[in-house]
Amino acid sequence: MAFALLFSVGALVFVGGLAFRIARYARTPAPLKIPTTPAPVTLAGVWLRMAREVLLFESLFKANLWIWAFGVLFHLGLVLVIVRHLRYFTEPVWGWVAVMQPFGIYGGMAMVLGLGGLWGRRLLVERIRYISTPSDHLMLLFLLAIGGSGLGLKFLLHPDIIAVKAFCLGLLQGNWQPLPGNGLLLLHLTLASLLLVIFPFSKLLHAPGVFFSPTRNQIDNPREARHLSTWAAALDGEPPHG
Amino acid sequence: MADTLQPPPYRVIPIIPALKPGAMGQVRSFVANEKIQTNIGFPGRLVDDWKERALERMGQLLGQYRSLRVFMDACVHCGACSDKCHYFLGTQDPKNMPVARQDLLRSVYRRYFTLAGKYFPKLVGARDLTKEVLDEWYTYFNQCSECRRCSVFCPYGIDTAEITMAAREILDSVGYGQKYTNEIIGKVHSIGNNLGLPGPALEDTLLGLEEDVKEDTGVDVRFPVDVQGAEVLLITPSADFFAEPHIDSLIGYAKVFHASGISWTLSTKASEAGNFGMFIGNYEQLRKIALRIREAALELGVKRIIVGECGHAWRVAYSFWNTLTGIGAGAHDPYALQLQHQLDARYKQPTHICEFTWDLIQRQALQFNREANDAYVVTFHDSCNVARGSRMGDYAGGQFDIPRHIIRAVANKFVEMDAATIREKTFCCGGGGGLLTDDLIELRVKGALPRMEALKQVADEQGVNFMATICAICKAQFSKVLPYYQFDRRVVGGVHQLVSNAIVLGRPE
Repeated sequence: MAFALLFSVGALVFVGGLAFRIARYARTPAPLKIPTTPAPVTLAGVWLRMAREVLLFESLFKANLWIWAFGVLFHLGLVLVIVRHLRYFTEPVWGWVAVMQPFGIYGGMAMVLGLGGLWGRRLLVERIRYISTPSDHLMLLFLLAIGGSGLGLKFLLHPDIIAVKAFCLGLLQGNWQPLPGNGLLLLHLTLASLLLVIFPFSKLLHAPGVFFSPTRNQIDNPREARHLSTWAAALDGEPPHG
Repeated sequence: MADTLQPPPYRVIPIIPALKPGAMGQVRSFVANEKIQTNIGFPGRLVDDWKERALERMGQLLGQYRSLRVFMDACVHCGACSDKCHYFLGTQDPKNMPVARQDLLRSVYRRYFTLAGKYFPKLVGARDLTKEVLDEWYTYFNQCSECRRCSVFCPYGIDTAEITMAAREILDSVGYGQKYTNEIIGKVHSIGNNLGLPGPALEDTLLGLEEDVKEDTGVDVRFPVDVQGAEVLLITPSADFFAEPHIDSLIGYAKVFHASGISWTLSTKASEAGNFGMFIGNYEQLRKIALRIREAALELGVKRIIVGECGHAWRVAYSFWNTLTGIGAGAHDPYALQLQHQLDARYKQPTHICEFTWDLIQRQALQFNREANDAYVVTFHDSCNVARGSRMGDYAGGQFDIPRHIIRAVANKFVEMDAATIREKTFCCGGGGGLLTDDLIELRVKGALPRMEALKQVADEQGVNFMATICAICKAQFSKVLPYYQFDRRVVGGVHQLVSNAIVLGRPE
């Protein structure tokens, strides 16, 4: 029961916290046009730029191939892993989720590999070691522990999958079910719940943040259309002071 | 100092340098005095309750600028930017890595504006705002030229320029401003331009130029000022009026106007394209300085506004003028429409002088004798604010192509520098963003290293002896630092200086 509670609270904090953050990003005005140029001159172009940024990590690719490669390994792996985990929350399991199941395993391995690479850079590259805070290391360790325990559940200590699924579906339906007593499973789920709690209060906010980044999401058309935020518009016609 | 200061050695292979913590900790730009500060509405000296007021201002800025709000949260310390800043490459001071520079502010943001930093400061690298931290802000946020190179490479588009601007705004708001920039802002308000050249002196200078050009070419090229009803208002950096090599580009603009037959004028009221309000991140100053252009345009009744060779001025003109003053198109509000009805909508407002010249070249309205530039093997240094904060022409990247098209039209020999140092990846000259002051000469010389390396390479391999650029700050900075790297100071010059050399003005009158 405690786990059901932890999990539910985690999900609530995650959704609520993220919604609050996103609402605040959306509400905060961007008074000036500051796209990093060359920038798209149409809205469709901005969508494309954002898609390349989010799906391909375009800027990171320009910056550093090592960070890009490990970053892609981790994030792509994570996506596959999440897709694989959807089977615990759907009944009947969606067709495409079923098709993707085996890739989830490779995803898990890629994820751990990518995280390991990123942590290696953090430890070995002088510049990155200099800028790392304890939380940067812990966050990687934390994700590594989630990925590692997940792989352990697959390859070492296979839990009672039927019971796990009953637990997950029970969470969604508000009909809490007991978890099978597998220590590794409890660790895996505890860490995953904690991750949900930490997400809205940490640098993991880069995920929603990138969509609100004015240097990436603005159309380069300042001469063609007058861009005005509310507080800047209020100054129009007023004599300047200060 | 100039005699003993040694530039950093060229790197044989372009490896990322090792860290030298604290290397630039003692390089501090002069602090503005009471008179300079109060003159532009800031507290004269560090206020007693600076901590409370700094945090209060920070909170306000977080609510006013989405960039700051998102950038404070989004950084994951991935290190993509860590080797991208010319000041880091030239000084090896780790606090000149973009991420570390941002963290000077972010650490305080975390301490006072985030849950994690309030309860677990050590864990997330949060710091109390102490006097030491404030001093560190002053030191290192006056070692950033706001060139945006880091923002090109950041996976979230985090732009250190935005953070530097916010930090300088906070510092100004507690009475801890930088002398160079704030003194110049005062001059632009009291005299009309950054260099403090009064109207009569400007008129004298321009008359002298008319005589010089007449002597040189035999042609009566005019340099009109305050001409009511001229077609074009030219807004150009005041350095163009007398600094070398800037003045040669001013002569170039005048010759292009002359050859085109389009009437134009300068304005004594708005005799400055530069807008240092951007450098200090103060919206009121940015707007107030830009409003001079609006007023001059309305008073003179011009149809077009053209901007001369100046990097940050073009960013402000291109990206911000429409927002700040209505100079542009596509407005629906009476304030902006008042001006937009007067301006000729067939032309881009504002227009860069390079757009203007290139348009004439394409229409074959100008004739050139390219051999006049045969003494030069030319390369082009993209200025940071033009490259990464603006555009020219109709498509993304036009700001790279148009100046190059012009150079190719007026000179026979053109070569590019290393691809990793041009276009959107260009390196700052080392003197932009309010750092073009002698008290920062050490920073300026060291910060020029990456550009000097690229220039040295094409000079050695391809005989380059002229680096054209379209920025008054780049021109002034390179004129000063080139000799430290064993180049002649005249290696740098304007694109319109080359235009001026080659343009054919028809028969002498």
